[in-house]
Amino acid sequence: MKNNITRRNLLKTSTAALGAVAGAGLLRGFPAIHASDAPVVRYLGTAVNMGDAVQKKLFDDTGIKVKFIVKTTDEVVKTIFTQPNSFDIVDSEYFSMPKLVPSGNLLGMDTKRIKEWDNVTSAFTKGEVAGKKIGDQGTAPKKVMYLKGANSKEFAAEPTQYVTLIPTVYNADTLGIRPDLIKRPISTWAELLNPEFKGKASILNIPSIGIMDAAMVVEAMGEYKYPDKGNMTKKEIDLTMKIFTEAKKAGQFRAFWSDFNESVNLMASGEVVIQSMWSPAITAVRTKGIPCVYQPLKEGYRAWAAGFGLPATTKGRQADICYEFINWYLSGWVGAYLNRQGYYSAVIPTAKKYMESYEWDYWMLGKPATADIMSPDGKKLASKGEIRDGGSYEARMGAVECWNATMDENKYMVRKWNEMIAS
Amino acid sequence: MLNLFKIKPSIGLLSLPYALVFIFFFFIPLILTFVISFWDYNEYSIIPDLILENYRYIFENCFSFKDDMCVTFKTYLSTFIFCFITWFFTLIIGFFVAYFLSFYVNSLTWQIALFLLCTIPFWTSNVIRMISWIPLLGRNGLVNDFFLSTGLTNTPQEWLLYSGFSVVLAFVHLYTLFMIVPIFNSMMRIDKSIIEAAYDSGANGFQILSNIIIPLCKPGIVIGSIFVITVVMGDFITIGIMGGQQIPSIGKIIYVEMSYLQLPAAAANAVILLFLTLLIIWIMTKMIDIRKEL
Repeated sequence: MKNNITRRNLLKTSTAALGAVAGAGLLRGFPAIHASDAPVVRYLGTAVNMGDAVQKKLFDDTGIKVKFIVKTTDEVVKTIFTQPNSFDIVDSEYFSMPKLVPSGNLLGMDTKRIKEWDNVTSAFTKGEVAGKKIGDQGTAPKKVMYLKGANSKEFAAEPTQYVTLIPTVYNADTLGIRPDLIKRPISTWAELLNPEFKGKASILNIPSIGIMDAAMVVEAMGEYKYPDKGNMTKKEIDLTMKIFTEAKKAGQFRAFWSDFNESVNLMASGEVVIQSMWSPAITAVRTKGIPCVYQPLKEGYRAWAAGFGLPATTKGRQADICYEFINWYLSGWVGAYLNRQGYYSAVIPTAKKYMESYEWDYWMLGKPATADIMSPDGKKLASKGEIRDGGSYEARMGAVECWNATMDENKYMVRKWNEMIAS
Repeated sequence: MLNLFKIKPSIGLLSLPYALVFIFFFFIPLILTFVISFWDYNEYSIIPDLILENYRYIFENCFSFKDDMCVTFKTYLSTFIFCFITWFFTLIIGFFVAYFLSFYVNSLTWQIALFLLCTIPFWTSNVIRMISWIPLLGRNGLVNDFFLSTGLTNTPQEWLLYSGFSVVLAFVHLYTLFMIVPIFNSMMRIDKSIIEAAYDSGANGFQILSNIIIPLCKPGIVIGSIFVITVVMGDFITIGIMGGQQIPSIGKIIYVEMSYLQLPAAAANAVILLFLTLLIIWIMTKMIDIRKEL
């Protein structure tokens, strides 16, 4: 905290200093941060990494104002295609890259301008956690990370200076359950279609993510072993959807959900006892005082990852502001903020500096909490003695089986998904 | 548009602003939608072309009649059924509410007051009005609590929520006012002396209703029906929330296609939906000439 105040003062001083030499024309081309008006960054993304606290802290530290443009994952992608100049910085998921990069609407990000680049977690850069390879089915970040050049529309297989997105946040997703209503241990994805939970199961109705959860279930049931769940053939899509259509017709699902809040309501009201879920939704159910577990399963997790990109037209002072913003984002405060919500920060060492050691032990090391664990907005998430679902960072991220994906047969998959909904 | 030039210039000038709004924000987008429905597309762009692929895709396997019905037919069938049931209930309820307001409430003040009462639910958004059903109808909801505690049933009734029933319930709840308003309006214009004359001539209540009131309310009924049917045909939010996303709707298919940037496919679906909706409205306006009646 003390650090930042100095930093802010430094900025003020430098502003004054610059004002003195303004007559020399030095101001031209400088980041707006040094001008009298606070620069505003229009930040397009899903609500995941956005919050008033981030907004305020950013302004206090750097003088940059941020304006959030909140959209759903699919809408973010659509906006990059159709209105590439309606934002200054975008927070997108890696699985959109195979679609987005060929359009040329995003700038190749220069890793030399990222202070903490060497500390970005190896899950992104190499597909490894603690030196061990993790599952890379689907659009794993390392496959779509590097570009052949700053303005390239092609991915590079080997690390280069230019990347598609600067990693920010990621997590390992699994099924959420109501332990109080299920009353027995759950250990496999196959349980989603277990007739025991007839009329009490749910899956998300976002085809590109739902299909991955469906594939995890099909494989866990022993029906089929996919060579790559994240890139199915038409036959594999047919098979997967056939199994889910039959389950749907048999009344397995209470409802499908497409919006975060819907999943929270389904779970909290007890309409559903087992379903695809996202980590903050679990938190939301728990803060209502209702038991809800983000159940680790033996087949592993479905992971996702997001990062910052800039519109292809960004240059000069605009680029300076955006890189400053990104560097601030990775400098630790936000990382801690994300970790405390159950996500993971892309740069772990900096986040550690901003977390209390008991928090670090709970969230990252999987140790029993030595004090009550609070969410960033001060609500109690876990009591003393509890352990995080799935355990440590290495246990969770190390057990990743596949990543959210864009398939070659995407069009066909969406169609088949719609057919399942209509069945 | 053509009439614009035949009538007096001053009137033409007066209608110009609305005509412009209509052209720019309705007519041109509609033409564009129609044009784009014949374009090709890939993952990240739409490509000018003239192909029938988007339409062929919609009706793929629809005319083989081998296995199940195709998705498109199934979806439209389900939408038509919702349309009919919703229309039926909103009409019955709407008609009698309007009937009560215009013939049983004598003072104008009370008529206005009661009419405003009908609109109170509209002070909140329709999503909130929908969601408020969920705690009532859910597995652990109030209705099920009541059923269980009174011993009417032994197990929670699951068909109450996330079912066709809850969708229709929400539709009727949301859209009955759209029926009440135009029918009430038509009824208020009925000259009370006609009814008195019929009464004096010995007509009973039912005869007055069927021979005088209903025929004179036809324009209101048709306008209300158009409102309800067009809204239900294009709906995907109510069907989504109340149907637990398990019931298909054309709107949802278009929405999914749009979010995957399959804009030409979405445009083709929109064109078909528009065509069918217009067809229904055309048939209704054939049954009664609204312009003449107004």
